Amino acid sequence: MAYKIKSAECTVCGACEAECPNIAISFKKGTYIIDPTKCSECEGQFDSPQCASVCPADCCVPA
Amino acid sequence: MGNVISLDSILGLGELKAPAESTPVAASGCSSSSCGSSDGPADMDPAVWEKVKNHPCYSEEAHHYFARMHVAVAPACNIQCNYCNRKYDCSNESRPGVVSEKLTPDQAIRKILAVAQEIPQLSVIGIAGPGDSLAAGARNTFATFEHLQKKAPDLKLCLSTNGLALPENVERIAQYNIDHVTITINMVDPEIGRHIYPWIFYKHKRWTGLDAAKILHEQQMLGLEMLTARGILVKINSVMIPGVNDTHLLDVNKAVKARGAFLHNIMPLISDPAHGTHFGLTGQRGPTAQELKVVQDACEGGAKLMRHCRQCRADAVGLLGEDRGEEFTTDKIEAMGEIGYDEEARRTYRDHVEAERAGRHASKEAAKAEVQETVGAEAAPILIAVATKGGERINEHFGHAKEFQIYEVGPSGAKFVGHRRVDQYCEGGSGDADTLDGVLAAINDCAAVLVAKIGGCPSKSLEAAGIEPVDRFAFEYIEESALAYFKDHAERLGRGAVQSRAGQDAVIRTGALTARRA
Repeated sequence: MAYKIKSAECTVCGACEAECPNIAISFKKGTYIIDPTKCSECEGQFDSPQCASVCPADCCVPA
Repeated sequence: MGNVISLDSILGLGELKAPAESTPVAASGCSSSSCGSSDGPADMDPAVWEKVKNHPCYSEEAHHYFARMHVAVAPACNIQCNYCNRKYDCSNESRPGVVSEKLTPDQAIRKILAVAQEIPQLSVIGIAGPGDSLAAGARNTFATFEHLQKKAPDLKLCLSTNGLALPENVERIAQYNIDHVTITINMVDPEIGRHIYPWIFYKHKRWTGLDAAKILHEQQMLGLEMLTARGILVKINSVMIPGVNDTHLLDVNKAVKARGAFLHNIMPLISDPAHGTHFGLTGQRGPTAQELKVVQDACEGGAKLMRHCRQCRADAVGLLGEDRGEEFTTDKIEAMGEIGYDEEARRTYRDHVEAERAGRHASKEAAKAEVQETVGAEAAPILIAVATKGGERINEHFGHAKEFQIYEVGPSGAKFVGHRRVDQYCEGGSGDADTLDGVLAAINDCAAVLVAKIGGCPSKSLEAAGIEPVDRFAFEYIEESALAYFKDHAERLGRGAVQSRAGQDAVIRTGALTARRA
C-alpha cells in the first residue's frame, strides 16, 4: 500500500516532502515522487497520510 | 531596461532641487514638535525610527527612496485561504502568493548579491513565500537568512507569515536578527475566520471549520505577543473582504495594537475569476477605493496604519510600485559570472537620502504654515493624484504612469493615503482612449492630478471629468506642491471657480506591475 503524486496537478511546493515521516518523498527531474517501498500511508504513525493532509492541490492519492 | 528608475536621475534631481545647505536645520532633521507628522521622529521612539527609516514597507517616507527584494524560497504553505490559489503562476500578475521562479537558498543569495550591485536603493530582503515562510520547518527561510547575514551584513532581513507556525519559530527569528516580521491577520473571531480559511495543517492533522480558525487565531495572537516582547517590530496585514470582515477590521486593529503591533496594513481583496481563487470563483468582490479608505480612517488612532502597500509578488524586486524581477531571472544571473559584495554605492545613496530628509522637514512645515495662514485651519481637505517615479517628487509623465499616488491635503498637511494602479496611457507616443477611461475611474475622487508633463488630449478629458491636470509643479517635492495647490484650490473654491469633488468614489484596479514602458 502506498500513495502517489499526480504530477500534472502538483505545484512543486515541497510541503509533502517536509511532512513525510518515512523520507519516502524526493524531488526528481522537476517533480516530487513517492517511493512506494518506503511509503506506509502513515499507518500506525498518524491519523491520516501526512502528504495528502498538507497538499494544497490535493494531488497525493492512493496509488 | 527603459522602465528603470536610475539612481542618477534621483540623485541628480536631489542635487538640483534640494534646499540650500545653509538652511539651519538640526542634524536630526527635526526642529519642531510637529515635524514628521506621519512617520518622523516626533511620534516615534528614535530607536524604532532607526530601524524603519530605510525600510520601504515599514515607513511611508522610506518607500519613496528605498527598494525591497523578495526571494521566493518558501513555496510550501500550511493553510488554505479563500483568496489564494497556489496553482496559479503568471509573470503578468501582481499579488502575494505568485512567483515566476522558485529559488534554492544558494540561488537566492546569488540573486540578492546581483541585485544589490545593480540597485543601490536596495535596503531590505524579505521572504514572503510564495507559500508561508515558516511552513515546512522553515528550512529554506532560515538557511537563506543565515548565509545572507554573513555575505551582505548591511541588508535588513524581514519575513512574512500567516502566524500558524510562528510561536515555535520566534527564538530562531530573534537569533538571525530578523527585526521585522509581518503577520497576516484577517480576523480575531473564529466565527468570521471560518469564512476565510477552509483548512489548516497543524500538529500532523488537517483541521477545518471553526476548529481551524480557532487554532490559527490563537497561534497568531501568541506569536505576535512573543515577537513584541522581544522588541521585534511587527506589521499586521489584513485583507479587507466586503461583507466578511470589513467592519470587523476595527476589532482586529484594537486587538493587534493591544499586543504591541507597530503597523497595521489594511489591503483590498484581490478577486478575479481568472485567478481561480475561491473568492474569485464565487463572485466575492473587493472594496472600492472609498470603502477601503473609510475602514482605514475609522482605524486611525489605534494601531498606526500603513497605506502604501502595493501587495507585491513574492519575488518582487525594486522600489514599491515597480518590479524589476524580469532583469534578474536565474538564467541571467547565472550568466553574470562572479558576483562580489560592495556596499559603497548603497552607503552613498543612504547618506544622500539622510541629507535630503534633513532639509525637507523645514520646507514641509513652511508650506503648511502658509496654508493655515491664508486658507484657515477649518477648510475641508481634498484628494489629489500624483505621478511620481520616486524620490518624493512629481517626476513622472501622465502618460507613463503605471500608478498614481493619492494624497489627502488640507490645513493639517499633505498625507499619503494610497495609490491607484492604472494601465499606462501612452504606449509608443500615442494615447489609448479606453486606457484613459480606466485612469479617470481610478482617480475619480481626486480634485487634481499633479504631473511632470501631460499632453493636450488627456488634459481635455481630465478637465471634462472635473479633474484638473497640473504640470506647473514638475520635478518639485510632492507634499510642498500639494499644499501650494491646495491653497490655490481653496481660493478658487471660495469664489466659485471650481466645484468640490467630495462624495466621488474611485475604482481599485489590481492588475500587473510588470507592464513594460514603450
